[in-house]
Amino acid sequence: MKLTKLFERGEFAITAEVGPPKGFHIDYLIDEINTYLKGRVSAVNVTDNQSSVMRLGSLATCKVLQDQGLISIFQLTCRDRNRIALQSDVLSAALLGIENLLLLTGDHTTLGDNPQAKPVFDLDSVSLLHMVKKLEQGEDLAGNPLEGDPPSFAKGAVVSPCSDSVDVQLIKMEQKVKAGAEYFQTQAVYEPEKFIKFMEKAKEFGVPVMLGIVIPKSAGMAKFMNENIAGISVPDSMIEELKKDKEKTKAGITGVEISARIIRECKDYCQGVHIMAMGWESKIPDILDLAGL
Amino acid sequence: MLITQLKSKEVIAKLIKGKTFIINCHGCKEVYFPEHEADKLQKELSAEGNVIEKITRDYICSTDNLQVQLNKFMDKIQEADTILVFSCGVGVQTLAKSFEDKRVYSGCDTYPLPGFQGLTPQKFDCGQCGECYLNYTGGICPITACSKSLVNGQCGGSKNGKCEVDKNMECGWERIYRKLEKLKKLDILDYPVKIRNYQLPFEELPKDE
Ligand code: SF4
Ligand code: SF4
Repeated sequence: MKLTKLFERGEFAITAEVGPPKGFHIDYLIDEINTYLKGRVSAVNVTDNQSSVMRLGSLATCKVLQDQGLISIFQLTCRDRNRIALQSDVLSAALLGIENLLLLTGDHTTLGDNPQAKPVFDLDSVSLLHMVKKLEQGEDLAGNPLEGDPPSFAKGAVVSPCSDSVDVQLIKMEQKVKAGAEYFQTQAVYEPEKFIKFMEKAKEFGVPVMLGIVIPKSAGMAKFMNENIAGISVPDSMIEELKKDKEKTKAGITGVEISARIIRECKDYCQGVHIMAMGWESKIPDILDLAGL
Repeated sequence: MLITQLKSKEVIAKLIKGKTFIINCHGCKEVYFPEHEADKLQKELSAEGNVIEKITRDYICSTDNLQVQLNKFMDKIQEADTILVFSCGVGVQTLAKSFEDKRVYSGCDTYPLPGFQGLTPQKFDCGQCGECYLNYTGGICPITACSKSLVNGQCGGSKNGKCEVDKNMECGWERIYRKLEKLKKLDILDYPVKIRNYQLPFEELPKDE
């Protein structure tokens, strides 16, 4: 099922992100998903060699999730494939019954664990959206016709509402909407006021936006993100909160409380929530309970 | 060895608004420049629009040299709304940097030709992409100033104006946005999706004989 169907029905969509392992055994991942996510989330994102770290493929993992009765979102970046491989993989996704895509530029190769690799970037997030739109219209990027019925997807993209240059984010968001984006998942939000202000402008595009949540695991992680991750800023007060009761933070309770609080404050201003648990998938049900979802 | 090819007259005519100052760059042996065609095109532009001066210089890619060469034209340049440059991508970028608050546009696309590369030491870099984007990017080259050579705007990795690849490097697209903001030309980014063409038309270009 396409994610866009939920938005059309006015439902508040919930998605969670999982990262395939560095290897091809995913039984534990399937167990985790079946235990904590099944029945609680509308769809599961599968990352594409996230942070340029080489792992099991997103497409194959999506197929396994679909076989488990889950709805998957195939994340696709421009870092490792040229336009021929990207188009081919999108057609493969259609064949495998995958209907949701999240289309990204991708991190640079030098950030990952194979930094000697050739960075491709033949296309980027905007031209990748355009590419999928063309496939849906029955032709490839060069204008050659496809055989048979064209594929159809819910095309997603990302945006950073709490970036230090929101104006630039809005320009880019508009480019993505024009290129065919039908829903957005955001970078992690820790400042609801900033998000709400961003949404005042973003809602003019008329495209559903899902609030991004990264569960804060520790004060150290928060500080690391502040220094190194684009579009994320964790306020000092939140870092203090994580520091206050070390045991509680370590048990994940503080992170769950903070995440649920952000969702409660923002949910009236957006159309869904996207949780990036980074290994803490087991905390997702608690967050959703506490947020009243 | 580089080849510069004129952009079409329609493209150029759309760019030049108001008083226009034209600069040609000849003299560099590393660049093939379509002198005749450029001259013809510029005559047509002069006949139809407000071209207040048209000069030809050499090595405008050297900032110091450029200042000296343009000294006696400063008044006219300040008066101009648009500076239209016919040179390789490096020359256009040098001009754009020297006249930060002017709209500096490129009249050419720059292609590579295999073989010897230029000797002139330069502050700016042109990747000879064959479809010069400088007219959309405030004269800052997205091919060489962005680590991913992106042509549809910034990636999600820029933090505090720096590039995700190197914290000591300014994000090329951040520079482009700030420059366009200064020129009040941010709306220029509202262009149809750009897709690079890696099939360089070597065989269609004049050979350097
Ligand atoms: S956009 Fe950059 S690489 Fe392309 S021709 Fe212009 S200056 Fe050269
Ligand atoms: S951070 Fe800026 S310069 Fe670096 S790859 Fe992204 S857009 Fe390009």
